Amino acid sequence: MELISQHAKRIMEGCKERARQAGLRFEDETLEYIVTNRDMLELGPKVMIPTLYDYWVQEVEVLREQGRYELYPNNPYETVINTRPPISYYNDNNPDWLNVMIFYHVIGHIDFFQNNLFFRHTWDYDFTSRALADKRLFAKLRSEKGRWVDYVIEFARTIDNLVGYFDLLAESGQPAGERSMSLLDYYFDIFLQRGPKPAVSTYAREIESYNRMLREYPEDGETRFLKSVTEKHTELEALHARKLKEKKTVGRTDLLRFLMEYSPFLNREENRWMLTVLEVIRSTSLYFQPQIRTKILNEGWASYWHDTLFLGDDRIKGHEVDYAIVNAKVTSMPRVGLNPYALGMRLFQYLEQQADRGRTGLEYFQTADRQERQHFDRATGKGREFIFHLRENSCDSMFINSFIDQDFIDQHRLFVAGKRLNKERMTWQYYVKSRKAADYKQMVADSLYHPPRVEVEVAENNILVLNHVFEGKPLLRDFLQGVMLGVEFLWGSEVQLYTSVPIPIKAGSDSAGQVKEETPKRTIQWKRFRYTMKDRTLSRSLAE
Amino acid sequence: MNRLRQLYHRLEARGLSEDQRRVIEWELAMAEQTGDPERAHRSGPAPVARSLYSYSDPELFQQGLPSPVLSMVAAQSLDHLLQRDLQREKDGFPRKIRIGKLVKPGRDGDDKVVVIPTTVEEKLIHDRITEEEEGEGGEGEEQGEGGAGEGEEGEVIGEQPVREEQGGGSGAGQGQGGSHELESTVYDLGRILTEQFALPNLRDKGKKRSLTRFAYDLTDRNRGFGQILDKKATLRRVLQTNIALQRIQAGTQVDTHALMISPRDRVYRILSKEKDYESQAVVFFVRDYSGSMAGKPTELVVNQHVLIYAWLSYQYQNQVETRFILHDTEAREVDNFQAYYQMQVAGGTQVASAYRLVNQIVAEEELERDYSIYVFHGTDGDDWDTYGEESLPELEKMLVYASRVGITIAENGLEGTRRSEVEKYLSKSGLLESKKELLRLDVMSKESTEARVIEGIKRLIS
Repeated sequence: MELISQHAKRIMEGCKERARQAGLRFEDETLEYIVTNRDMLELGPKVMIPTLYDYWVQEVEVLREQGRYELYPNNPYETVINTRPPISYYNDNNPDWLNVMIFYHVIGHIDFFQNNLFFRHTWDYDFTSRALADKRLFAKLRSEKGRWVDYVIEFARTIDNLVGYFDLLAESGQPAGERSMSLLDYYFDIFLQRGPKPAVSTYAREIESYNRMLREYPEDGETRFLKSVTEKHTELEALHARKLKEKKTVGRTDLLRFLMEYSPFLNREENRWMLTVLEVIRSTSLYFQPQIRTKILNEGWASYWHDTLFLGDDRIKGHEVDYAIVNAKVTSMPRVGLNPYALGMRLFQYLEQQADRGRTGLEYFQTADRQERQHFDRATGKGREFIFHLRENSCDSMFINSFIDQDFIDQHRLFVAGKRLNKERMTWQYYVKSRKAADYKQMVADSLYHPPRVEVEVAENNILVLNHVFEGKPLLRDFLQGVMLGVEFLWGSEVQLYTSVPIPIKAGSDSAGQVKEETPKRTIQWKRFRYTMKDRTLSRSLAE
Repeated sequence: MNRLRQLYHRLEARGLSEDQRRVIEWELAMAEQTGDPERAHRSGPAPVARSLYSYSDPELFQQGLPSPVLSMVAAQSLDHLLQRDLQREKDGFPRKIRIGKLVKPGRDGDDKVVVIPTTVEEKLIHDRITEEEEGEGGEGEEQGEGGAGEGEEGEVIGEQPVREEQGGGSGAGQGQGGSHELESTVYDLGRILTEQFALPNLRDKGKKRSLTRFAYDLTDRNRGFGQILDKKATLRRVLQTNIALQRIQAGTQVDTHALMISPRDRVYRILSKEKDYESQAVVFFVRDYSGSMAGKPTELVVNQHVLIYAWLSYQYQNQVETRFILHDTEAREVDNFQAYYQMQVAGGTQVASAYRLVNQIVAEEELERDYSIYVFHGTDGDDWDTYGEESLPELEKMLVYASRVGITIAENGLEGTRRSEVEKYLSKSGLLESKKELLRLDVMSKESTEARVIEGIKRLIS
């Protein structure tokens, strides 16, 4: 790996200057490296982080056949990594104009990394240095514990998608120090809502009476209110005090952290070294979390900017056609498929236009008249500002859910493609299934990365119970054995996993007499199953 | 084509079941469309849908950086990895290394097999709800893909054959990449299979021939006495002796009468025992290459045959000869594995033709005298000869000399779950029972995995 030539670096600096003028904000230093195929052999398995820890799986090909991507999206393999300074990789014989284009794209990514709030927790340190320290730590541990280090890495990695990324985000926005719950909060948030069926009417009545108190006695309305409720519910104060004393459990949905905190096995003196391994795996995973959740936004943003800035760059006059060819490949909408670059860029461009005409506010959405809507233009010129706001505050799911509308679908002639069997020709036919915005939105949302939500608790006899929250999808059964084995090892005793499994129901059996359809509608029934991993053997039983 | 039609009419006259008729007509139709199975399968280009997360900068900007998926290199030797895996088992954890896609022996006929050690990292991830068998009701639940461009709702924009169109040629898979492969000889692969996957060792059936045989030949030389005088060598020694005695001076005329001849100068050829290495086994790989085999069935059969070949190579210490035979309604022999792997036609299916050819080769070359003969036949189980009237007699003939006949049926999934002809007539004939030691059958579905293929080999050879 060597740095790019001074000539190319000068071009990069020129690009940065122009990008800054256009409003992008990023740190001054960046590192650009030329990589050879040989370097790529090393970098590829390490997700482009040169200092990532060594692990034997990096040395064998991980089975990742086509289609598996959907189920198992791995971390995006990018030319830029989000470090301090950011590092980007290049081929050594790119012509200058192509470098300009890629540089702008890269700068778009860097700007995104350093301003999007979902990356908040990666801003304060340099990941490559941290990874290097971790790598040395593992090397040292290996010299002491041998192959057991690799087992622990392996087991920790089986659950490294179950880390509390959103907890972390929530924490990083809050001021330091724990805020203890006030009696008032406790009353409304917990006390009133306990019991199997809290009545909404009671809650509303209480709110109402609280507000009335505040209105009538602006000075001490709250105290008066509290006094009245504590008189009504004598146990309230005692319960509140108990609640305050309760130690807050961590990692209810963060299996790795839960294990680190509460596993009797890991907290034994001789096993404490494993905690450090888990911590490394967890923090590495957290580092990558925002990247996969902002694929469309990030690529869209970078594509928007390389497109905007390249064509305005005076240094590459005469290469517009070359540029157009490469750009078409990057940002064209495929006939079937979802290109995040193309979708993201179009959405940014569309929203910029909309915002320029003031079509993002209440006034526009309250305009019911179709004609008026079509010609709605307040000429606010706030387009840029609006998309900068999006780049700072959105992630993919927010972006998709909030902004894909019918106008956008129609403008770019998007559709949802379906696939059906043609028995005559023995072929799968792809067809235009729907051109409705709602369907398209749903389709994109369904293809976004979404790890299962697993809630953790400890049952009697020290059994670790994992509760997979039902979201209409089963877990991939082939992998359960491997994961549960690892969790059992890290927990030190029996582990149970509750999950829902679709059971197909044979059609036509109970609907005797009815005319059978040509292709019976497939029906499934969800049943809750319990998988138990005990002494390294997995068993399954019906949980209901 | 007329020939096929005639055959069909002949068969029809004898009576065919409804399913049979359908399959035959389908294959015929395919054969008639210029014999190109690809064209017959497909009407429009099949759109390729990619996952959102499979797009990446280096690829799109044509930076020419290799994809990391292809670049994962086995930095450590296969042995090392397998050693580690064995240790895992000792530590009480299941193995993780799989011997991945085996990509054909080398293009130029040298028997290189590419072994890619692979593994999966298990995680809790969502699965799709499994689709119904045979794609029934494929519509509906499917979430669909994204798309852009012209077309009314409901309009068909492309087609894709139900079975993968991978079959002919392209089947070599991802192997062309180069650097990421770990090359290994067939022999090594056989060893790995035997050791790691506990494939059985060949049982000594008593009639196994000795590894060497002796031929007597006048090849050794002996000084002083022997059967035939080697004149040239003798003269050379005579000259050496005389030079040593300074009876020959450089630059002067040699007086041959004056030369001294010592008894030790006479060099004779002597009759001696020669070890003559001999191929121990000949393996016939027979494959149905008719249209209905396209795609997955072919891949499964060929993969299994590579593995069997590797295993036999190991068992016979590389002394294995291979013969490759392809058949549709007629059988032909091809030279190398490459052709065997790739060729594809769109004809009908007659198993008997292949068996006949094997019998003929064995008889003509008198192979049974010197070799153990193995026959492995891979098919999707279709046979126009519904009741095996022609195949079974040939098969019986084969069972007389063969050490093992293994028949693999890789179902093509065309007729749902009904049993294929070959399977039916084989089990009806009772040969599977009466010649249990010689004839084995393995039926696998087209979704079979590598592990299943290896499992199948155990069944065929144990």
